[in-house]
Amino acid sequence: MVNVTIDHKKIQVPEGTTILKAAAAAGVEIPTLCFLKDLNEIGACRICCVEIEGKETLVSSCNTKVEEGMVVYTSSLKAHYARRMNLQIILSQHDFRCAACKRNGSCSLQKICADMNINDVPFQQDYEKNEWDPHFPLIRNAGKCIKCMRCVQICDKVQSLGIWDIINTGKRTSVGVSNMQKIAESDCAVCGQCITHCPTGALQERDDVRKVMDAINDPEKIVVAQIAPAVRAAWGEGLGLPEEMATEKRMAAAARALGIDYVFDTNFSADLTIMEEANEFLERLAHRDEYQWPMYTSCCPGWVRFLKSQYPGMVKQLSTAKSPQQMFGAVAKSYFAQKVLDVDPGKIFCVSIMPCTAKKAECALPNMNDAGAGPDVDAVLTTREFDRMLRSELISPANLEEEGFDSPLGTGSGAAVIFGATGGVMEAALRTAYYALNKENPKPDLFQAVRGLDGIRVAGLEIAGVPLRAAVAHGLGNARKLMEKIQAGEAEYDFVEVMACPGGCAGGGGQPITEGREMAGERGAKLYQLDTENPLRFSHENPSVIVLYDQYLEKPLSHKAHELLHTDHTAWAMASEKTKNRFNKV
Amino acid sequence: MSRLSVISTDKVNSTTEKLMKEFTQRIIANPPGVCPVDMQLAFLKVCHAQTCGKCVPCRTGLGILEELLESVLDNTATMETLDLIEHAATNIKNSADCAIGFESARMVLAGLEGFKEDYLSHVKEHQCTGTFEQPIPCVTLCPANVDIPGYIALAGEGRCEDAVRLIRKDNPFPTACALICEHPCEARCRRNMIDDSINIRGIKHYVMDKACASEVPVPACAESTGRKVAIIGGGPSGLTAAYFLQLMGHQATVFEEKAQLGGMLRYGIPNYRFPRERLDEDINAILSTGVEVRQNVRIGTEELEDINRTYDAIYIAIGAHAEKKLYLEGEDSQHVVSAVEMLREIGDGKYPDFTGKRVIVVGGGNVAMDCARTAIRSNAKTVSIVYRRRKEDMTALPAEVEGAIAEGIELLTLKAPLRIEADEEGKARALWVQPQIIGQVRGGRPSPRKADKAEERLECDIILMAVGQDIISKPFAQAGIATNRGQLQADASGALNRVGMYAGGDCVSGPATVIKAIAAGKVAAANIDEFLGFSHMISVDVEIPEPLLNDKIPCGRVNLGEKESWARKDNFEGIEYTMSDEEAYQEASRCLRCDRHGCGVLRGGRQDRW
Repeated sequence: MVNVTIDHKKIQVPEGTTILKAAAAAGVEIPTLCFLKDLNEIGACRICCVEIEGKETLVSSCNTKVEEGMVVYTSSLKAHYARRMNLQIILSQHDFRCAACKRNGSCSLQKICADMNINDVPFQQDYEKNEWDPHFPLIRNAGKCIKCMRCVQICDKVQSLGIWDIINTGKRTSVGVSNMQKIAESDCAVCGQCITHCPTGALQERDDVRKVMDAINDPEKIVVAQIAPAVRAAWGEGLGLPEEMATEKRMAAAARALGIDYVFDTNFSADLTIMEEANEFLERLAHRDEYQWPMYTSCCPGWVRFLKSQYPGMVKQLSTAKSPQQMFGAVAKSYFAQKVLDVDPGKIFCVSIMPCTAKKAECALPNMNDAGAGPDVDAVLTTREFDRMLRSELISPANLEEEGFDSPLGTGSGAAVIFGATGGVMEAALRTAYYALNKENPKPDLFQAVRGLDGIRVAGLEIAGVPLRAAVAHGLGNARKLMEKIQAGEAEYDFVEVMACPGGCAGGGGQPITEGREMAGERGAKLYQLDTENPLRFSHENPSVIVLYDQYLEKPLSHKAHELLHTDHTAWAMASEKTKNRFNKV
Repeated sequence: MSRLSVISTDKVNSTTEKLMKEFTQRIIANPPGVCPVDMQLAFLKVCHAQTCGKCVPCRTGLGILEELLESVLDNTATMETLDLIEHAATNIKNSADCAIGFESARMVLAGLEGFKEDYLSHVKEHQCTGTFEQPIPCVTLCPANVDIPGYIALAGEGRCEDAVRLIRKDNPFPTACALICEHPCEARCRRNMIDDSINIRGIKHYVMDKACASEVPVPACAESTGRKVAIIGGGPSGLTAAYFLQLMGHQATVFEEKAQLGGMLRYGIPNYRFPRERLDEDINAILSTGVEVRQNVRIGTEELEDINRTYDAIYIAIGAHAEKKLYLEGEDSQHVVSAVEMLREIGDGKYPDFTGKRVIVVGGGNVAMDCARTAIRSNAKTVSIVYRRRKEDMTALPAEVEGAIAEGIELLTLKAPLRIEADEEGKARALWVQPQIIGQVRGGRPSPRKADKAEERLECDIILMAVGQDIISKPFAQAGIATNRGQLQADASGALNRVGMYAGGDCVSGPATVIKAIAAGKVAAANIDEFLGFSHMISVDVEIPEPLLNDKIPCGRVNLGEKESWARKDNFEGIEYTMSDEEAYQEASRCLRCDRHGCGVLRGGRQDRW
């Protein structure tokens, strides 16, 4: 233990503690801006600078460790002046037209400036001009970037993709796509983790709210919405809604209040995904020699993009089952339009509300149009866009009564709702695979071993005498570790679930942003709670799914099911794959 | 007003003088990787501030150039802008009245040519080609990328054994580099901005004196791969490759032509600079990994093919051991000895006896200094160095030149050797030289030309020719390996044009420094490992101390002392003193820890594996 005095308070902290952490222990919250725990402790913004007795210059508290007998003043005149002026300097290079910024109200810079009583900037404002592809789902607004480098770090250290890098030097130092690439040519998985870790509005999703509102206001269009499992665990955060108010039923009511004609649940198509994917897995198991192993889940488009660009040799191991979003779109524009509504599928505008930015890229893939009425999913809104849309349409969910989802695509099981947490797809699939092999249900919580927040979790199971080796990874850095092991032959699995975002969709790149807190664990716990509370615990028991098969698809893996619910992951290429192919031909 | 006044140094002048000096230091410490166009603009602004304002091209033209360069950086320039910059700069160069103007423009033109790629990248991609991938100046400038801030911090805490282990992650010759490295790492040390560069080699010398290399165990080797790699040449490059390949689990076998290992470290560098027992410390540590050694084996074309059949890969690091000649009349007289030959014999313990002789050394490089200082230690009556340029043009390290002068060696500069006069028995007795005058700068160096003076006759008994070394590459060329002017043509990975064959060190680069040879061995080891289908990682588990929380108050650099010249010039014992604990601690605490401050911290400050 080390004895330190912080703002006249004597405390003992373990050796190796940073001043920032020691101060917190002493009850002093030193403001930080670039700091991101364990990932970005680089002392770049100099906002957290403090004075140490006997030292001429200030030190950054986020990455300076305490020493025995150290006396620290967190808000001495020198430290206070430095903190304020450094904020003013940052603002001189920041487009602070806050009123017209998506992060207005959730911006760390804005908050800290308010806290520090910054009410003028004595310097000329000169921010970087923007050059960015406005069609890409991930938008970078250079004028808002404060060069904190968090995006570089999260993409390097957590997602292992290294899409961002420091570009240029001197006063023009900025962040850009690495290796002189354009974002659309890069291996970006569009996971959106850089967005959720950006302190300002420099990184954002492409805003598709207008497109959806136009459809809602178009009397010719029937707007059908699906809401992903993880959205219900987070949508209230962005609205400041108390947890007990932010129920899934109130969420459905709010969506309906926007003017959406049918508010359905992605949980429905998650159950459908399980029917297809679990059966596909059993089918592959029955013909084990004909396939490369393990089989990978395909629900997460960030992961699919990652695998295609980083491990193209393993793409055939992806389940051919579409993600729940895309299954929903295909069913909405076929079965629902024709059999339920009896309308021209072209009249359906299919919008999904997702915790995800990669879903915006997924719905635009050239082969996601199997229902034959344009793209199966027309637009994707992130949870953040959903919240913004509610606010701008003057909807106060707190004043709304709870309402259910619409029928028939609004029924989902507990197995479906846990799709939103890491390990959930695996668990749901195992529940149904167990049923398929044993002809009876397991205890719903039998496969708890795959839950948790460890980066890579493995479980050896036995179902009906069949030994199964399952692995779950979340975060693309963990995915890479797992892939390397599999590729090197150091580990063998039968079924592997990967989610691009840490914590799974609960921690998705489209979710509301809370500075300094990773919310995935808490949101995931809510999803597991919803699973427990749901009388339906098995995808194969979802009555709407059963009806859909009876009336339309026949059975899992049928010809019709293949046509609508499965996809060819090799039918499109990542931009980098195209480059590689071009190179190979030479 | 008095008619004349005595000029006194006022505050403005003295402050300007002081800041100019500090600015010079800052330029020295210019960080690697910054945008060259941005730097050029900054230089141009300094140039413009120096203009007196009399003439149009300089007063206004330089400002226009600044604006044009600014537009390049602001992404508003087009290809036409680049043409305009060239035309404007050319005009200023041609029409300015004084050096303030035309030299500024010349610098712009030089940059336009030299940084062409970067200019184009700014115009077309709106981005600089420069990157901050490796922003720590000393680590970047060390060819082997040794973790310098790491071992300095360890030395500061007295953890010298850990420092040795850390250095070895990138360089298995810590002792050699502690004593004789040319320390390119110090060139742009950021401490220059405050006072002076860190004495990095000095700290390493201290470390290696505290923790003997042969007593700090090497890391365990990876599990044997069963692959065999032949290393041709047991010098620093070959032994480095052997060491790392051995750690990666491959069996390395070194084929050495001479009786002992070490290459130029033994057969080129005299004992007083690098005592042999210290060399053996490094070599013993390297051999303790299980490297096999075959001494006294000369590899010709046939032997190479034999080895190629029995080994999975080959690394050729034969160095540059053939003497160069000037082809002077009388050069083959008796008592005309090549530097390479003399130093080679000394390597095996055969010291010359020059008692009572007048010795002339021809050359101006480090080898010439080694020869001259060896001659004085071999009891020569007089030793003179004959060089056709000036003292400041010598390629030898300034400290070596000063050391030689201190030992009583005369420099005869601006004398071009003409012919050697021999007596009736064929023994050299004089060197005829043509006095030179220093002339125009060519290729960055002033070149001498014949002066309007008569030839001179320099009487002597021994002439030592130290005018460069060649590579004995013929046997390898005959085996189909591509060579150019005797140098083996390896690519950046060390690979030759024959599959599975790699080369590095002096035989690829021409005579260069030991650290470059070591770096080439490291590069080859990594790429041979890949070639063999592996990707073994070399790493070390040494925890690096936290930076010191000291204010960066200017403080002098601790330099290493040497024995007094009278005590050193009659023997071959080591001449350099090491630092005391007190000095080493102070010097280590001057390190600014660029691994933890500045851009270095962004990606963890170090490459902890390769």
